[in-house]
Amino acid sequence: MSYLQTMPPHDIEAHLAEHDNKSILRFITCGSVDDGKSTLIGRLLYDAKLIFEDQLANLGRVGSPGAANGKEIDLALLLDGLEAEREQGITIDVAYRYFATSKRKFIVADTPGHEEYTRNMVTGASTADLAIILIDSRQGILQQTRRHSYIASLLGIRHVVLAVNKIDLVDFRQQVFDEIVEDYLVFAKELGFASIRPIPISARYGDNVISASANTPWYKGPALLDYLETVELDPTDREKPFRFPVQMVMRPNADFRGYAGQVASGRISVGDPVVVAKSGQRSSVKAIVTYDGNLKTAGEGEAVTLMLSDEVDASRGNMLVAPGSRPFVADQFQAHVIWFDANAMMPGRSYILRTETDSVSATVTTLKHQVNINSFIREAAKSLQMNEVGVCNISTQTPIAFDAYNDNRSTGNFIFVDRVTNATVGAGMIDFPLRRADNVHWHALEVNKGARSAMKNQRPAVLWFTGLSGSGKSTIANTLDRILHARGKHTYLLDGDNVRHGLNRDLGFTEEDRVENIRRVAEVAKLMADAGLIVLVSFISPFRDERRMARELMDEREFIEIFVDTPLDECARRDPKGLYEKALAGKIANFTGVSSPYEAPENPELHLRTVGHEPIDLALEIEEFLDRLMEDK
Amino acid sequence: MSLPHLRRLEAEAIHVIREVVATFSNPVVLYSIGKDSSVLLHLAMKAFYPAKPPFPFLHVDTKWKFREMIEFRDRMARELGFNLLVHVNQDGIDQGIGPFTHGSNIHTHVMKTMALRQALEKYGFDAALAGARRDEEKSRAKERIFSIRSAQHGWDPKRQRPEMWKTYNTRVGQGETMRVFPLSNWTEFDIWQYILRENIPIVPLYFAARRPVVKRDGMLIMVDDHRMPIQPDEAVEERLVRFRTLGCYPLTGAVESEAATLPDILREMLTVRTSERQSRLIDTDEVGAMEKKKREGYF
Repeated sequence: MSYLQTMPPHDIEAHLAEHDNKSILRFITCGSVDDGKSTLIGRLLYDAKLIFEDQLANLGRVGSPGAANGKEIDLALLLDGLEAEREQGITIDVAYRYFATSKRKFIVADTPGHEEYTRNMVTGASTADLAIILIDSRQGILQQTRRHSYIASLLGIRHVVLAVNKIDLVDFRQQVFDEIVEDYLVFAKELGFASIRPIPISARYGDNVISASANTPWYKGPALLDYLETVELDPTDREKPFRFPVQMVMRPNADFRGYAGQVASGRISVGDPVVVAKSGQRSSVKAIVTYDGNLKTAGEGEAVTLMLSDEVDASRGNMLVAPGSRPFVADQFQAHVIWFDANAMMPGRSYILRTETDSVSATVTTLKHQVNINSFIREAAKSLQMNEVGVCNISTQTPIAFDAYNDNRSTGNFIFVDRVTNATVGAGMIDFPLRRADNVHWHALEVNKGARSAMKNQRPAVLWFTGLSGSGKSTIANTLDRILHARGKHTYLLDGDNVRHGLNRDLGFTEEDRVENIRRVAEVAKLMADAGLIVLVSFISPFRDERRMARELMDEREFIEIFVDTPLDECARRDPKGLYEKALAGKIANFTGVSSPYEAPENPELHLRTVGHEPIDLALEIEEFLDRLMEDK
Repeated sequence: MSLPHLRRLEAEAIHVIREVVATFSNPVVLYSIGKDSSVLLHLAMKAFYPAKPPFPFLHVDTKWKFREMIEFRDRMARELGFNLLVHVNQDGIDQGIGPFTHGSNIHTHVMKTMALRQALEKYGFDAALAGARRDEEKSRAKERIFSIRSAQHGWDPKRQRPEMWKTYNTRVGQGETMRVFPLSNWTEFDIWQYILRENIPIVPLYFAARRPVVKRDGMLIMVDDHRMPIQPDEAVEERLVRFRTLGCYPLTGAVESEAATLPDILREMLTVRTSERQSRLIDTDEVGAMEKKKREGYF
């Protein structure tokens, strides 16, 4: 903690109480690389005498290409705390700094300018009230200025300081400043900021940072620190409808059952009615329990444990809410998504969707468009690449409770997590539920799967053959199909090539199209299984994610993954369709095993090695497996 | 009216502690006996009330801690009734590793970093809560609240997950672990203010008293036991000192101070011109010292 203070107060306790009740401003600095973000924060802290002496002395100890010699201090080094940052003279990750003046407390997130580290800028922006967007006077508005302004607005930041920096390098000319401000205001009109405050600044020399500069007599506005101390903040979420995401159920003994969590918005008092968002069950608050004694009332931000008057079913991921103003509960909704990962976002692929306390399996059903950062024009896209923003329809496996992000930042956000790497690959801001989620319900059919399969005297199954082209999938599947048919079983074989002649003839072989190819086939297989059939699916299906998606569509134990394992050399030697010859000659793009990866199954139900085995023996092995499965139902 | 600052920090920390228990199978608190650990312990008691914290507290003992710290540790475990685990790197003891013989770097690596890794593996912990704060040191300023460590315990700043809102990604892969810092957004001043408000017990070394010290490399090192070698040109003197931060006694400098009560300390904090970690030798024993230690698994 740095603390702007020269004389210690006499009454320390009174001073602390006053200090604790100061308002707090959370802000970020953003803008392009070398616009001087870290230098500006360094300058702000230095001029306000908020930097400890040993930290200042340390600036001299750390050698860096950017370090100034002699008297001038490289203020950026106060914040760029990582070796790679000092080596490259750039900011890679968010640095948080905490300081206070006599008027207000501040948390500043110094966020990176590089496009590559957009995810770290989003990290800082998600909780900020205000953004300082830096512009180099000599350069004007750059692509990163637009990107960061757009992301700031998308994440709900309402106030902007336009810091026109390095004004000393354009001889403090008002005309330069005015032109940049005008450009920015035109461009930012669509972004819906509540306020934009332009200030001409030299972070390096401190002009208009903590006091008005004599070098810019034409500028009549406040210095940066004055403005930060006095800018009016939006009302807090305390005035919004009550939302309480259930974090965990506390059951220390048979007499105590409480719901622990942090009030996301609004307030709650003992006796108030509440509703369990997902089920609509009603109850009321019996007690608000904390270590420091029971409370009568609790509001936004407080971490408490609520005891209810009735036994209701609410577990982690559910929400307790105000009966008169409920959140949406839906399994389909539209959201703005920012993608972070080097692996593009694919519609149809399955991700884990995490809200503050809920976690469900989810897929993007439609990527409606992506947003061009420069023009804000909506552009058609099949996938979302790293650092791109898109508008998506999302479908979750089970319904989640949420608000629109514009109404509530806490209950309207989510992240996407990759199922294999566990990386956070995207961030989402929910726009609204899709109407059909409310209106289209599963039609409960009277003649159901059980009835259909009972008539056929069999249990439905989806036998999913995966393996390289030429590995022998279709040969084995055909053989098995003949055997099952001869035994009077009702089957159908879906073959990759055949389906591409009809249902999927509009699809090519790009990664996006392959994902869609598998999605459609999986849906068809599901319908056929529902009709009571034993479905044999013979598809290369190279990606684990899609096979997992197919598995999740089916009922428990219905999906049987069969890995037809043949080495690439052997497949190429067999080459029944002459495809390898063409692929190796570079005539087929995206050919699995040659120019596109094959992700082998990790835990298939059956692993068949074809080399040295006849197709008939392998088919019989599957038949045996099926018989065992049917027996122990 | 918005929630006052300290109440908000407290609620955030409780939320994070609960999140760990809700999503990990075998968490632990790294208890280092210092003021931040004391605050973390207090918050853990609050988070699960009326139950006790459902995880153990682990102290990685280097065998060079101040004697008063160890007495305090054992007293707290007795009084609060929490499950205290103590781990010492026996290999390091067998090799006779120590700060005076091997220097701060090797000592810290073997007796803290390696010891911590041993303990995490021995008990199979998948998440470790600790009291680190972003305002302590500038590589810590860059750390997330939920910070993933590889199966080799390494920290890779470039692999940090984006961390938006209060929506944490708590998933770890095989062998990976999570370090979790519920006090990330607290400052040294917040800690002291909270200790005063909540009346949290802390090691008496934080309060000014007359103690035997030696001036060495610009720092005041307290002579805590007979293992401290006194050079011919050095003299042990009694000075009125206190500690702003506590670690191994040979590596932690005292500061001259008259602050004998919590209000005194807070008053002193308002005028102090140096950072608390100035008195920690291990932060400065090489360039980028803390980041390097963290990459190897120190926290």
